[in-house]
Amino acid sequence: MSGFDTIIEGVLLGGVYALFALGLSLIFGIMRLVNLAHGDLILLAAYLVLSATTALGLPLAAASLLVVATMFVLGFVLQRLVLERVLGDDILPPLLVTFGLSIVIQNGLLLGYGADSRRLQAGAFESSSVTLAPGLSVGLAPLTALVTAIAAVALLQLIFYRTSLGRAFRATADNPAIAQLMGVNERNVYAIAVGLSLAVSVIAAIVFGIRASFDPSIGPARLLYAFEAVIIGGLGSLWGTLAGGIVLGLAQAIGGRINPEWQILAGHLTFLAVLMVRPRGLFPARRT
Amino acid sequence: MSVESIAVPASREECPAGVPVWQIRVGTRLSRIAAVAGIVLVVALAALPAIASRNLIQDLIFVLTMLTLAQLWNVLAGWGGLVSVGQQAFVGLGAYALFAGIVMAGLDPVAAIPLAGLFAALIAALLGPLLFRLEGPYFAIGSWVAAEALRLICAQFKSLGGGTGMSISPAELSQMFGLKTVQALLGLRPAAARDVLVYWLALLLAVLVTLGIYAFIRSRHGLALAASRDNAAAARSVGVRTARIRHLLWIAVAFATGMVGAVVYLQKARISPDAAFSVTDWTAYVIFIVVIGGVRTIEGPMVGVLLLWGLVTYLAQYGSLYLVVLGTLAILIMLFMPRGVWGAAARRWQWQLFPTQRWLGRTSGTS
Repeated sequence: MSGFDTIIEGVLLGGVYALFALGLSLIFGIMRLVNLAHGDLILLAAYLVLSATTALGLPLAAASLLVVATMFVLGFVLQRLVLERVLGDDILPPLLVTFGLSIVIQNGLLLGYGADSRRLQAGAFESSSVTLAPGLSVGLAPLTALVTAIAAVALLQLIFYRTSLGRAFRATADNPAIAQLMGVNERNVYAIAVGLSLAVSVIAAIVFGIRASFDPSIGPARLLYAFEAVIIGGLGSLWGTLAGGIVLGLAQAIGGRINPEWQILAGHLTFLAVLMVRPRGLFPARRT
Repeated sequence: MSVESIAVPASREECPAGVPVWQIRVGTRLSRIAAVAGIVLVVALAALPAIASRNLIQDLIFVLTMLTLAQLWNVLAGWGGLVSVGQQAFVGLGAYALFAGIVMAGLDPVAAIPLAGLFAALIAALLGPLLFRLEGPYFAIGSWVAAEALRLICAQFKSLGGGTGMSISPAELSQMFGLKTVQALLGLRPAAARDVLVYWLALLLAVLVTLGIYAFIRSRHGLALAASRDNAAAARSVGVRTARIRHLLWIAVAFATGMVGAVVYLQKARISPDAAFSVTDWTAYVIFIVVIGGVRTIEGPMVGVLLLWGLVTYLAQYGSLYLVVLGTLAILIMLFMPRGVWGAAARRWQWQLFPTQRWLGRTSGTS
């Protein structure tokens, strides 16, 4: 059964990576912005939830709602005050600003919380498991991560294709100038997109923070996993991103099973292999 | 429209006397003064070990190697539009190739430095076609992934210390080319003489790389590169082979970056995958130097590295706070002074020490 266990483990891990990737994919799709601080913002969210549960003593659910709201506002303000000024034809300024932000957040967290590993406490939930079949039980927390990822993709798809906000997103992504002529407030659409991206990242942070311990230095690795999931899955498709996360999770789980030192490396090499064989990803969006 | 229909005489000889012609100028009077001052400065820096303390020499090794890395990143990202966040890959590869050359092949450390550069260039040549499949901003993270993969691969080599790294004993470095001469010349102990030798290598690299980039940017290939960055389709339509020029630049930058990595780790004599492939040390600082000094100028990285050196002296003891301050400074500069400190000053006072812009001016044909 150990081979099968590895596959289950990989698929569940993929749920977390897909959650990392959704926020990154969202703002790239809408505003062509690659947010190099994405991983560190996930870490910031995890630490905010940690503070809300420990310092404020809130239950996890209430803390999560509070931090989702906080991060949404932070994203909105970040776009309006900072990112908006550097978006343009030149790709250098937004990359450099978000890279600077990544270093600032990472070292700010180090100053505020220290280098120790932390973990979000979720009580009995962390260690309980469900039996799917005789002899096959799955941890409840990892399973919840995957289910959450699927739900998040479904919800985002719903927002994108069934609401007026989603229509504004898609219109702005296609042609910001014409979208503006049609009465879409481009600045607000972008700000909401960044806010939404960070709000989704909070979900990723919570799911990740319950499963594994974290410290301020691991933000960039989260960014790389998110990015790999997006590229493996194929640009422009949220379901593809979910699949990309699962492929990455599987690669890491299988690599780690062969040799624990190869876990992360196997993920990176899979990414490079996909880039070599299918540069547009495994499930690219069909061009219309 | 044919070229002839634009009334620009092909050469001075064809031009009738007295008719004004358009002329493209790059040099300025200040730049000729700067060239002389630059030569004096380099000679002075080369002679410095005769009087300087070992601490100053070590500081200057840091300044010169960071300057070289910053110039290289500036030409790659600023002029070339290849915004790499993975240049630590080539520092690390150069460093590991140096250690492998010394420990496994018994090479002379100085001879191993260009080989380390070649090794970095070889890996860059292999990675380039893959990473160039990622458009624009995605190339940035792609290069970072490649650097991480290479770090993890280097950590697999048990003979080079695996994940924890290794040191080279002073005895292995005592027979290094030129070391005895430096010892005799300056009357130094082997460890101090090695610092001086590394300092000279770092100075040589900094001068060669800076002049090389300067000449490249001023050449028609530099113009072709800038055109590829600004509008690849338009550049291709006038005959610029955009993919080839970017790939060659990527490999050349990796070659020089690998040599810098080898020089840095020859001085440290201790290596580990986490340090040699550190994104903070070899890419974040480098980007901050270029951004603060001024992107797309030769002078910018020089100003930036001196500012960084000043900040290190006052803030390095605070560790993380130092990086928070640097990062915030870089963001603010990007927002409010996107040309950087040097770029803003140059624009304000028309300074051009290493002019790379082309000025179109009218001169009299008889001049």
